[in-house]
Amino acid sequence: MNAIFYIAAAVAVVATVMAITQRNAVHALLYLIVSLLSVALVFYTLGAPFIAALEVIIYAGAIMVLFLFAIMILNLGPQASEQEGQWLRTSVWVGPGVLAAILLAELIYVLVRSGGPGSPVSPVGPQEVGFALFGRYLIGVELASILLLTGLVGAYHLGRRERPEEDRPQEAERREAGEAG
Amino acid sequence: MATVPVEHGLILAGVLFTLGLIGVLVRRNILFILLSIEIMLNAAGLAFVVAGAHWVQPDGQVMFMFILAMAAAEVSVGLALLLQVVRHFRTLDADAVDEMRG
Repeated sequence: MNAIFYIAAAVAVVATVMAITQRNAVHALLYLIVSLLSVALVFYTLGAPFIAALEVIIYAGAIMVLFLFAIMILNLGPQASEQEGQWLRTSVWVGPGVLAAILLAELIYVLVRSGGPGSPVSPVGPQEVGFALFGRYLIGVELASILLLTGLVGAYHLGRRERPEEDRPQEAERREAGEAG
Repeated sequence: MATVPVEHGLILAGVLFTLGLIGVLVRRNILFILLSIEIMLNAAGLAFVVAGAHWVQPDGQVMFMFILAMAAAEVSVGLALLLQVVRHFRTLDADAVDEMRG
């Protein structure tokens, strides 16, 4: 099982690097799906099979399909990847990349140094997760449902097309008032 | 199951988070910025699950589910905003949206 963890971790890191350096949006999306699937494998080896299933279904399934629909609606042409190539010059990514790498090196140093002898991880089954989720964290579930409803209403409001006058009664009223005055 | 040291799981989460951070900082395409935010959220969830497995508590996995719900809500609103930006400015450049006009 240890070897599976390390192989899946390496695949996840490589796929994520490919995802953030691609010029074509759909290629980046496919690499990100590979990365998410390997993270799901990491979850499975860490003893969280239910979370691994959720990662595949919701992240790699629902959220990535949402991105795919957005790309299809945008209908990016071949000039979009040329534009990306112009934006992704070496001088642009060296600065933030080096600074973020320094932060990562510090993080790894702190983790390795303070950890001492590595303590193994133990599996936690879905039953315990369910008891905790609908017991202690019930208010969190309610809040998550409100958040999802807010996201639904917000996405509907933001995503609709602007229509001419009759759909915007307030502006029409304002204009009429201005004409009258 | 596996006997992976908890540090290695946390290091993997840190590496993935840093890659997402680099993506947010470097890319100018709003679509790629949203993708990188997803990478960062996923890495944060991975850290929660690793910590939960370390202390043999279900709380880490519960937190991952909340992060999942938050990511779904965030990406739907973010992509709706992205479509509006493309409709108004005819570009995916994040720098095109830096003007605040009333």
